[in-house]
Amino acid sequence: MAFPHRPDAPELPDFSMLKRLARDQLIYLLEQLPGKKDLFIEADLMSPLDRIANVSILKQHEVDKLYKVENKPALSSSEQLCFLVRPRIKNMRYIANLVNADKLAGRTRKYKVIFSPQKFYACEMVLEEEGIYGDVSCDEWAFSLLPLDVDLLSMELPEFFRDYFLEGDQRWINTVAQALHLLSTLYGPFPNCYGIGRCAKMSHELWKKLEEEEDGESKGRRPEIGHVFLLDRDVDFVTALCSQVVYEGLVDDTFRIKCGSVDFGPEVTSSDKSLKVLLNAKDKVFSEIRNEHFSNVFSFLSQKARNLQAQYDRRRGMDIKQMKNFVSQELKGLKQEHRLLSLHIGACESIMKKKTKQDFQELIKTEHALLEGFDIRESTGYIEEHIDRQVSPIESLRLMCLLSITENGLIPKDYRSLKTQYLQSYGPEHLLTFSNLRRAGLLTEQAPGDTLTAVESKVSKLVTDKAAGKITDAFSSLAKRSNFRAISKKLNLIPRVDGEYDLKVPRDMAYVFSGAYVPLSCRIIEQVLERRGWQGLDEVVRLLNCSELAFTDMSKEDKASTESLRVILVVFLGGCTFSEISALRFLGREKGCRFIFLTTAVTNSARLMEAMSEVKA
Amino acid sequence: MDCYTANWNPLGDSAFYRKYELYSMDWDLKEDLRDCLVAAAPYGGPIALLRNPWRKEKAASVRPVLEIYSASGMPLATLMWKSGPVVSLGWSAEEELLCVQEDGVVLVYGLHGDFRRHFSMGNEVLQNRVLDARIFHTEFGSGVAILTGAHRFTLSANVSDLKLRRMPEVPGLQGAPSCWTTLCRDRVAHILLAVGPDLYLLDHAACSPVTLPGLAAGVSSFLQMAVSFTSRHLAVFTDTGYIWMGTASFKEKLCEFNCNIRAPPKQMVWCSRPRSKERAVVVAWERRLMVVGDAPESIQFVLDEDSYLVPELDGVRIFSRTTHEFLHEVPVASEEIFKIASMAPGALLLEAQKEYEKESQKADEYLREIQELGQLPQAVQQCIEAAGHEHWPDMQKSLLRAASFGKCFLDRFPPDSFVRMCQDLRILNAIRDYHIGIPLTYSQYKQLTIQVLLDRLVLRRLYPLAIQICEYLRLPEVQGVSRILAHWACYKLLEYEPRSGEQVPLLLKMKRSKLALSKAIESGDTDLVFTVLLHLKNELNRGDFFMTLRNQPMALSLYRQFCKHQELETLKDLYNQDDNHQELGSFHIRASYTTEEHVEGRVAALQKAAEAFNKAKNDFAAKATEDQMRLLRLQRCLEDELGGRFLDLSVHDTVTTLILGGQNKRAEQVARDFRIPDKRLWWLKLTALADLEDWEELEKFSKSKKSPIGYLPFVEICMKQHNKYEAKKYASRVGPEQKVKALLLVGDVAQAADVAIEHRNEAEMSLVLSHCTGATDGVTADKIQRARAQAQKK
Repeated sequence: MAFPHRPDAPELPDFSMLKRLARDQLIYLLEQLPGKKDLFIEADLMSPLDRIANVSILKQHEVDKLYKVENKPALSSSEQLCFLVRPRIKNMRYIANLVNADKLAGRTRKYKVIFSPQKFYACEMVLEEEGIYGDVSCDEWAFSLLPLDVDLLSMELPEFFRDYFLEGDQRWINTVAQALHLLSTLYGPFPNCYGIGRCAKMSHELWKKLEEEEDGESKGRRPEIGHVFLLDRDVDFVTALCSQVVYEGLVDDTFRIKCGSVDFGPEVTSSDKSLKVLLNAKDKVFSEIRNEHFSNVFSFLSQKARNLQAQYDRRRGMDIKQMKNFVSQELKGLKQEHRLLSLHIGACESIMKKKTKQDFQELIKTEHALLEGFDIRESTGYIEEHIDRQVSPIESLRLMCLLSITENGLIPKDYRSLKTQYLQSYGPEHLLTFSNLRRAGLLTEQAPGDTLTAVESKVSKLVTDKAAGKITDAFSSLAKRSNFRAISKKLNLIPRVDGEYDLKVPRDMAYVFSGAYVPLSCRIIEQVLERRGWQGLDEVVRLLNCSELAFTDMSKEDKASTESLRVILVVFLGGCTFSEISALRFLGREKGCRFIFLTTAVTNSARLMEAMSEVKA
Repeated sequence: MDCYTANWNPLGDSAFYRKYELYSMDWDLKEDLRDCLVAAAPYGGPIALLRNPWRKEKAASVRPVLEIYSASGMPLATLMWKSGPVVSLGWSAEEELLCVQEDGVVLVYGLHGDFRRHFSMGNEVLQNRVLDARIFHTEFGSGVAILTGAHRFTLSANVSDLKLRRMPEVPGLQGAPSCWTTLCRDRVAHILLAVGPDLYLLDHAACSPVTLPGLAAGVSSFLQMAVSFTSRHLAVFTDTGYIWMGTASFKEKLCEFNCNIRAPPKQMVWCSRPRSKERAVVVAWERRLMVVGDAPESIQFVLDEDSYLVPELDGVRIFSRTTHEFLHEVPVASEEIFKIASMAPGALLLEAQKEYEKESQKADEYLREIQELGQLPQAVQQCIEAAGHEHWPDMQKSLLRAASFGKCFLDRFPPDSFVRMCQDLRILNAIRDYHIGIPLTYSQYKQLTIQVLLDRLVLRRLYPLAIQICEYLRLPEVQGVSRILAHWACYKLLEYEPRSGEQVPLLLKMKRSKLALSKAIESGDTDLVFTVLLHLKNELNRGDFFMTLRNQPMALSLYRQFCKHQELETLKDLYNQDDNHQELGSFHIRASYTTEEHVEGRVAALQKAAEAFNKAKNDFAAKATEDQMRLLRLQRCLEDELGGRFLDLSVHDTVTTLILGGQNKRAEQVARDFRIPDKRLWWLKLTALADLEDWEELEKFSKSKKSPIGYLPFVEICMKQHNKYEAKKYASRVGPEQKVKALLLVGDVAQAADVAIEHRNEAEMSLVLSHCTGATDGVTADKIQRARAQAQKK
């Protein structure tokens, strides 16, 4: 279990430098406002900030009191106020209200706004419109990359998904380019870049421009990262919509991992307190089970518990000296391990309880049926019942989207009836949710033209591949289609199973979905890396509607060591799931390379659906 | 050709600088340049001179003359200066001349000396007088920065949208700073100033001290500072004759140089090429010019007469009474080809072509050499590129001939780069002609874009040339000829129109903000797009503004995002204008539960939404909206009648609430009215009655007709409420397919086993077996095992 890396697997670059840089910059910014000051922090920035600088560091730099930016008047009495916020208009209004209230009261204080990761002109405009531009000084805290783990960097921008894929707002692309630029400055130039998707392409181009403009700081540095792969989330919605069954993904789905840590409630800790636990490679127990299929985790943990007991038991035959040694050297480690072990066992039990209640097996069965494309009527019926019983608004929505994408849109009758049922169950405001989902291509109706699909497939049998491609193009121009079925066939996403799939000894990336499905995103990455480009994948790219949007950019490799060529940075624009991370970690072990993940945020099906949902305020 | 590199001067090991003459000036200057206020516009723009009688003690007996010349010295305008004393001159980005008077009034003139408008820099400036002023350029346009007699700074970042900003005080500042400059960062204009050994950066809110990394010790004052053309770099000259060069963010030093001249230079400007790694500044004293970079030695030139430096994107223009020169870093392609003994493919190709003209067989040798290395495409590309950077047509031709020669030996060399370069050079040569006098380099021309160049030609009233260019490039009529003719007509109109307020709006229309918008979008920088958007919003009327947005989806979505938070009404107008009924409908729906509080208002908003959806031919949404209106009205009635909370519940929850409140009849009615399907109703009732623990009613309900959802859910729900007794009642009614499951649920393992065995269903048998625990089930387990064994025998 917990498959070890090949002995020659390359070292990962040290990303702790990113934290240090961010901390130093923040301190510098705080020092720019000398003297005591109160710090107002936006809620979304609190956890990331906590990972960079704790309260005592802030206090050292004369931060007096901390406030949360929220819709309440602040009662700060400090003469200097500092705001640490994301560049959002809503925050500007908050600050403006505060400053204008001071003005009315005839009070003068110093105000400083620190935007993270960058400021936007629109925000400054609002400050100006509100008449306080001259009263505040603005700064940027270019903190765009938070290392959540040794191989995981997060931009902590969950809004990226909605902003870009729903609203068509490109504001964050520049931030992505800046982040890539920072990485290439610190860890050497990237010899090979690949990517797919509109956002990937634009980010890459913008990043290249930045590199060109730069004064050649990374000039002469040896690359530490040999390949970079950029991928838009909308290239593969399917994977992100599936229920997760590897441990880390399941913990995220069940308890929500936030900024690399999770709050285990009393039902897990078996005490009356909640406990915040950091989940990363440093947690020895967790690091061994995080990538495991859930069905293995329990037996692993109980084995571990037995081993632990055996180690404790060694005490029995000890003399005093040995005992002293044991207590001073081993006991602490054992106790720590014991604590972690009981936590994860608690988490497992809690997950089991929740899952059996919801008839998890049925759900998974339906998902697999959707992925494989059989018993569509039965699955549709299941979803309808799910809605009728008001099981969960987000889950129902997720299943509808999964049905839509795998089936290239719902047939008009189902589209209407499922939506009607949904509105009856969960409220009429979701009319807007459906409009959002349609715009993002997540939940669509088969266009009348799609009945031609049958004709199309007949025709394509009669003519050459190329001509068939043209015909399909003509059809797909009618509406953006997902073509999931055809892609799945081309890329062999549904493994043929002879007998039982042994989840203990996985043979491919499909293990992260119980052997039923290889994540599309990961398969694309695997194929492109293997081929060193997109050769031979034209058909897949076309089916993904990305004909103009798949690119390769290779430079000379003479400076790149073979070691670095086995380090691959995968950039997920719009978020990635823990299942994808586990799948690629598995691939890395198989191929003797290491993957590093850069994501705009860690996501899962619920987060995606929530981003698309209209909620009554 | 051996002497071709004679005017190349090496700076360090890696770069060459060359200086060549653009024009010999035959302007008939009456005064020395040093006695004049001078302003020259970048991108080969015009030169303005104003003899400066105010600075000398001489009484202003003679009125000074303002003269405007083209870069080649052709007179464009001459006028008597009748207004107040002028402190500074400068050109705006639209090639308008800004004259800053001592009293803070700025007068704006056109290229041909026509008065446009004037504005004041504010009362504070008027009271304290202008000590010094600078015209500078930002993304917004052109700005004016003023240093007043009270040693305070006032600036406006955009003179066409005048907003005055008074900069904060510099603590302890007694006299005027020894030197200062404007510095644009993130679209905000800052002022960098030097006081004794200290540097300060002013923004609109604060004054912060600045330290330059790696600045040599012993500096007691700064004499000059220069910001590069792109605002990315900064150079300072100190009283120790030392020059520091670094980034304008003050984060990094690029290089330093000690020139050992302590006399304050007259001018210092950056001289660098886009995308070049070389950084250099040009420093001018009375009779000496020095190019200084990251190298131990500098390049020195002697100046024979008064000269004036004009920084450009890719070099420096230097003009004097008799000549106008260009100094720049030799571009890579030219260097590769012309460097002595160069073996670059382009150099070989040029040689080959020359030998070929001499009908020498060497031509073949050279060509082979290139081809063997497979470098012919690069060779051709290099020659084409180098041709672009050459000023003299003869040299351009010979490079293009070489490229064309090389192309003959290539199968598939795309012709467009060659063709485009020929076209570009033809245009460049035409406008560089001294009659026209716009000495653009290739890089400047590409940066400026052909559209802006055409505008500038129009501004100079060079209509025939502009039209020729359009025709030559086959530009579409709308962009090209007809636009120019329209300008020409406008100009004619202007000429005859009496000077009036009408002129300004008419000229405003000639601006090219829309072009700026598409360029900004191309850049991918949303901030830039937003900047242009706000510009357009002020410049155009609402309809035109929306129209422009409509053609630019990226800008549109950006603006929408802004409106969603700041200007909701504008958002509605936007959708209206676009006939985007779908979004309009969504807008009203959102309003129905965010902005409206009373039921009447909410229903009205929904009514509007329904109408919009109907227009959008979205029957589904229209129908759903109408249902919601009905539901809202109903919910209000229910609240009035029964009390409790109904508003904002979904249909499902409304019915559930009714059942829980014992209103079964009303519940049935609502379910019928809203066409709740049977299956849902059964789930709903089942759950509600179980919640009430009304087992009697539940049983009655279960017998009302055949359950559309089967009877397993009844078993499940009873067990959930821990009522095994009730559950058992329903277990017997569960259909055969789910029977085993039901029996297991109620804990009747033995009977479950019997059914499974009867079904001869392997899966069911294993399921039962997994439920067999303890001694009591031992018998059952045996039974199953036996049945299994028997089944296998068969």
